[in-house]
Amino acid sequence: MGKNDHPLKKVCIICAKGAIEDVYASLVMANGAVMEGMEAKIFFTFFGLDAITKKQMKKLKTATIGNSAMRMPGGLPFPSLLGMLPGVEAGVSAMMKKQMEALDIPTVEEFLEMITAGGGEIYACKLAMDMFKLTKDDLHDEVLGVLTIGEFYEKAGGEGTQIIFT
Amino acid sequence: MALDDWDKDVAKDLATEEDIELTDTHYAVLEFLRNKAKDGDNITIRSVGKSGITDIKQFYQLFPGGPLKKASKIAGIGKPTSCV
Repeated sequence: MGKNDHPLKKVCIICAKGAIEDVYASLVMANGAVMEGMEAKIFFTFFGLDAITKKQMKKLKTATIGNSAMRMPGGLPFPSLLGMLPGVEAGVSAMMKKQMEALDIPTVEEFLEMITAGGGEIYACKLAMDMFKLTKDDLHDEVLGVLTIGEFYEKAGGEGTQIIFT
Repeated sequence: MALDDWDKDVAKDLATEEDIELTDTHYAVLEFLRNKAKDGDNITIRSVGKSGITDIKQFYQLFPGGPLKKASKIAGIGKPTSCV
């Protein structure tokens, strides 16, 4: 069976974490799908909700503690103690964002707009919204709706669909 | 195809293969992409959205089903190598 016998038609992504790299992985995959002419849907849940919450979406960070892949610029090991110091996490996160801007990677807000411009759909998880006491008004305008996981699965039906969890 | 071998007729033929009828806006986008390619810049959908020629939503309508890939093909430049 050749790889093109059953081409991928729809990509459904569940984003459950709120660090820069987790959120961007989901956004790049969703945007990549619409750019290839596929359907794309993202379901933001738990800390992933930060990416679509107006108050938090511009303040995403990358973890400097408990992140074993963390390195100093140049590749030297990054001491865990350093990651605890005030401002270090913010500095590292600002550096990540600068590097991304240089590669023409958009901000979270702009990325959401690009995805919906291509027909992609953005959803928030009802259970996590209730947990974090959020309402639809707290979410970015590009969010199409608040769904239960069951409702999201309904939207994930059809041949050539993949569900990806990040 | 070499960049110099491209002209509007070539574009028209390539577009027909994709069931797209080229308008002035299409040509403006193609011209923009060709200039980017000549300068050796990264071809991204974001840069098209910021070009002032079209916004991203309209870009999807101009070249349905994979706008950057299709537009690059019709523009006679290489397949875009950026993920954004």
